[in-house]
Amino acid sequence: MAEIDVQKQEAQEMEGTERTRTGLVFVPSVDIYESGDDVVLLADMPGIDENAIDIMLEKNILTIRGFAGEGGREGYGLAYSEYDTGDYERTFALSDEVDRNKIEATMKNGVLKLILPRAEEARTRRIEVTAG
Amino acid sequence: MWREMDRLQREMNRLIDSVGRGSSRASGFPAVNVWANQEHVLVTAELPGVEPDDLDISVVAESLTLAGRRPLPETEGERQWHRHERWHGQFSRTLQLPYRIDAENVEASFRNGVLSITLPRAEEDRPRRINIQPGQSQPQGRLTDTSQAAEQSSEGEEGESEE
Repeated sequence: MAEIDVQKQEAQEMEGTERTRTGLVFVPSVDIYESGDDVVLLADMPGIDENAIDIMLEKNILTIRGFAGEGGREGYGLAYSEYDTGDYERTFALSDEVDRNKIEATMKNGVLKLILPRAEEARTRRIEVTAG
Repeated sequence: MWREMDRLQREMNRLIDSVGRGSSRASGFPAVNVWANQEHVLVTAELPGVEPDDLDISVVAESLTLAGRRPLPETEGERQWHRHERWHGQFSRTLQLPYRIDAENVEASFRNGVLSITLPRAEEDRPRRINIQPGQSQPQGRLTDTSQAAEQSSEGEEGESEE
């Protein structure tokens, strides 16, 4: 089997922002695709409970966050480690064509799925060119 | 206890390094963490998007194999990719454990895309604590048991003679 690069990427701190939570923050791997009238976003956030997901939409900036609980296992010591656990965070700029009121989010097996339906008007009225 | 942990850690590093070739961070899929205490090893792996039914876990003597598949997300009709970072396909990985496993009592759970497998150490492989018996006090009726009395007198000659 070919080597698979699945190392988790640690998030870079954004210019001008500082974190107030301790611990590591990872950038989740995502798939984004258009299917029919929807844009679908899938994000790998293993270990995150569905109640610990925070999805924020401000103007056209979509931020997804997942907060990890305690990483330890009671009664055990860590003998060998290939991955770290921590929070997840990633930000996306949405196009205006997304109907913000109809965004659906589900969490299954550690994958966050967002369905971003295209706005009605965007489906019909695609581009308007106005003469300046 | 801590010495045992150290030893386990070194052992795991050595074994997994030899399987995973090279540095421990350039490992196969899935990445694993191994937790241990005296009687159990707990292996955890992040497998987001894998259905528990698609996971195949097997234990033979001292090795643990994790196999399965992660499918492409399902969709109806045409699909146009904007980003495609999530890996999909088949995987299989075998880990050498530091001791024999009681295969009958392996337990696995899958929660939020994280697989946890608890592997008890085989009973015959567990370290045994040997208790040192405190020295026998002088038996009361030693004169009635001649063979025992003879042994004791040969072992503790000085004590006997002083009495």
